[in-house]
Amino acid sequence: MLSNFRIMPLIEFTDKGLYCRAGDFYIDPWRPVDKAVITHAHSDHARWGNKYYLCHHDTRPILQQRLGPNTYQDIAWNEPVYMNGVRITLFPAGHIIGSSQVRIESNGEIWVVSGDYKIENDGISGQFEPVKCHSFITESTFGLPIYNWKPQTEIYTDVQNWIRKNQEVSKTSVLIAYSLGKAQRLLHPIAEVTDKIFVHGAVYNIHMALVNAGWKLPAVQRVTPETSKEELKGAVVIAPSSAEGSPWLRRFAPYEIGICSGWMQVRGNARRKNADAGFALSDHADWNGLLQACRETEAECIYATHGFQAVFTRYLNEQGINAKEVKTEYGDDELEPAELKLDEE
Amino acid sequence: MREFAELVMKIGSSTKTNDKLEALMHYFNNADNKDKVWVIAIFSGRRPKRAVNTTQLATYCVELVNLPFWLFEESYHTVGDLAETIALLLPGNENAPNTSKPLHLYIEQLRDLEKQAEEIKKQFILNAWKEMNFAERFVFNKLITGGFRIGVSQKVIVNALAKTIKLDSSVIAHRISGNWDPSTITFDELLSEHSLNTDFSKPYPFYLAYAIEEDVCQLGDPKDWQAEWKWDGIRGQVIKRNQELFVWSRGEELMTEKFPEYHSLAHVLPDGIAIDGEIIPSVDQKPLPFALLQTRIGRKNITKKQLQEVPIAFFAYDLLEYNGEDWRDRPLEERRSQLEEVIAATNHPSLIISPIVPFSNWEELARLRESSRELGAEGFMLKKKQSTYQVGRKRGDWWKWKIDPLTIDAVMIYAQKGAGRRSNLYTDYTFAVKDGDKLIAFTKAYSGLTDKEFAQVDAFVKRNSLEKFGPVRTVKPELVFEIAFEGIAASNRHKSGVALRFPRISRWRKDKTPEEINTLEDLKQLLEVYGK
Repeated sequence: MLSNFRIMPLIEFTDKGLYCRAGDFYIDPWRPVDKAVITHAHSDHARWGNKYYLCHHDTRPILQQRLGPNTYQDIAWNEPVYMNGVRITLFPAGHIIGSSQVRIESNGEIWVVSGDYKIENDGISGQFEPVKCHSFITESTFGLPIYNWKPQTEIYTDVQNWIRKNQEVSKTSVLIAYSLGKAQRLLHPIAEVTDKIFVHGAVYNIHMALVNAGWKLPAVQRVTPETSKEELKGAVVIAPSSAEGSPWLRRFAPYEIGICSGWMQVRGNARRKNADAGFALSDHADWNGLLQACRETEAECIYATHGFQAVFTRYLNEQGINAKEVKTEYGDDELEPAELKLDEE
Repeated sequence: MREFAELVMKIGSSTKTNDKLEALMHYFNNADNKDKVWVIAIFSGRRPKRAVNTTQLATYCVELVNLPFWLFEESYHTVGDLAETIALLLPGNENAPNTSKPLHLYIEQLRDLEKQAEEIKKQFILNAWKEMNFAERFVFNKLITGGFRIGVSQKVIVNALAKTIKLDSSVIAHRISGNWDPSTITFDELLSEHSLNTDFSKPYPFYLAYAIEEDVCQLGDPKDWQAEWKWDGIRGQVIKRNQELFVWSRGEELMTEKFPEYHSLAHVLPDGIAIDGEIIPSVDQKPLPFALLQTRIGRKNITKKQLQEVPIAFFAYDLLEYNGEDWRDRPLEERRSQLEEVIAATNHPSLIISPIVPFSNWEELARLRESSRELGAEGFMLKKKQSTYQVGRKRGDWWKWKIDPLTIDAVMIYAQKGAGRRSNLYTDYTFAVKDGDKLIAFTKAYSGLTDKEFAQVDAFVKRNSLEKFGPVRTVKPELVFEIAFEGIAASNRHKSGVALRFPRISRWRKDKTPEEINTLEDLKQLLEVYGK
């Protein structure tokens, strides 16, 4: 018998989530379990009700802010933790602050769960690191060749020019961005244009959790009922997508609204959103990024989840890379889920 | 090309009519005159001939980027626009210097390409792509694939031109209507008064009405109003000038050749006349269903049998020009009585006066309206007797007063992603009624839900799709909708045996289960009552 022969694969796809039987833990489970390893703090990956959370140092303060007191263990990248002899290590995924790929090793067999990731280094989330493995579970949110991003510096320039144009006519620039991830990523480029940066409560809460954990980020002010019209003239406001089309926006009039999302790559999406501007800025890998990541793992089998998994796996198979489609319950949207809607009014 | 591409992107992304207007004015003030003529042509639906077909275009693209064709198709179904799909797939070229040629040069070259060998076409397209950035490639591809529906109405174009060259918008609307060739006419010729005198075919811009939302009693004294049946045909204009007959559709398509029934009108109508009315199939002065008109449109050779079974008439309701004189500023009453005289004198079997419906009070008219469907009408047109003939869609003097649509409850069984602003969303649905324990598809519908509802149905489709056939998903038959439609006709092209006129979703019946939907028998009864 081969020593690493096993009946069950190292990770099983169960109705509670990705399960490692050998180590008796789940990765990003969508139903409450005893032990959860968390790739990153977005609500569709880090849910309520688990008895134990293992995550990266930088993920912990956000989890605590979102989920309250729980049993958390936080580790550094490439710092091993063992569960029933299964070796768990985290590697940077580059998606948002703290986001990690989970590497699992048992009896010489290695699996990597990507969580969400992007290849381009955004300066705050860490540089995505390819990890060699036998099986790679990848996201495929933008798994179509129409999704290839411009370099972020070009998109930042577009955003900055747009803000300047609005300033010239004393309009407020409202940027719709995921409150965890893109909101922080945008701060530096915005700070190069203005120091009048206002944020929605949802963005503010995350911001403060990070600042209290020692992050140095450009200063922001929370939008409150007391925020005056005068202060907002020519200012930038960052808000989550739940604010789109809501009465909360009225106080900023006259304003222009710009949406930051990979979905803005396609004109129709921007038009549907009725945005004044769409910036195809994404925290996910684009088509070439996904392909590059899959190749660099040198995995014998790729499992594609949430997104265009059917298309992506078919293409990989045609390219001679063994790939399978897996259904998970992670959101395939880059915009914020309803859970984070705040009762700001 | 870059200026034009920027104009299209600006118009496509702007959410305010005023911004679109300004972008157009900026363009009309600065662009090359030859390009401007083409822009007017393109935005008013006069696109150049298709020199390269869409399959060729897609094939050049996938060869260039080395992707399988099925992946192109998947991408296209998500983007919902072929021109944009190609532009997104081609390798980036954003920082390349501006090497593209003016718009009219590309169009001229495309025209000359039509009879060239495949290899030459391909080289031309590949070279053009190489010279262009994303936006230019997108509009260039659009020129080839056609259908420049990018969120700008003809009204906005007309207003922008009017403001740029400081003429009244109704004058502009008239000048850019009708028969002109953008490859030969100059900008000045097109917009000069002179052009009207040389183009005898030129139609007048149509006066269109909004649907009335308030109670008709609010319109005031019934004596001031004229009621006519509202017909379901094609709005048209019959013109005779310089001893020649021209028949225009509202879509500004010259249809004279399509309907031989009209040809002898050239001999009997007085010269210098323009009549507004409805192109409609009719026997014994009674209209036939729209579905039958469709059997005549788009057919080049018409058989004797068709001429007998679906004869086309013209229901006349307004007189715009008489004795070579523009009558649009005269009151409707006066135009109408002259029209009646002309039609009586002409005495032609295909030229019928659309009758006025006499009524003494609004309640009486409301009762008469109930019989619309039996007469093959969609309700009433209400027109102020003193009204002039205006340009475009205007409130106040003319109103549509349509009957309520027919409705049927149905379950969604297939879904497909939409196009344009519905790209990457499942918004195109096929619906079924019950036939015993089976479900029979009977119609598609694309509109009628709010963006929020579309998003909810989209999420349902993604979670509940059973099978995939190309872009179409079969969906668990669970969601029930009320489908509204204007008419019903027998059809042997459809499995259900019926074809609906203008079907759309009128509401989402969350209160109903798929067991409670209507049956094929119900549809057949509607056909029996309204479809004959």
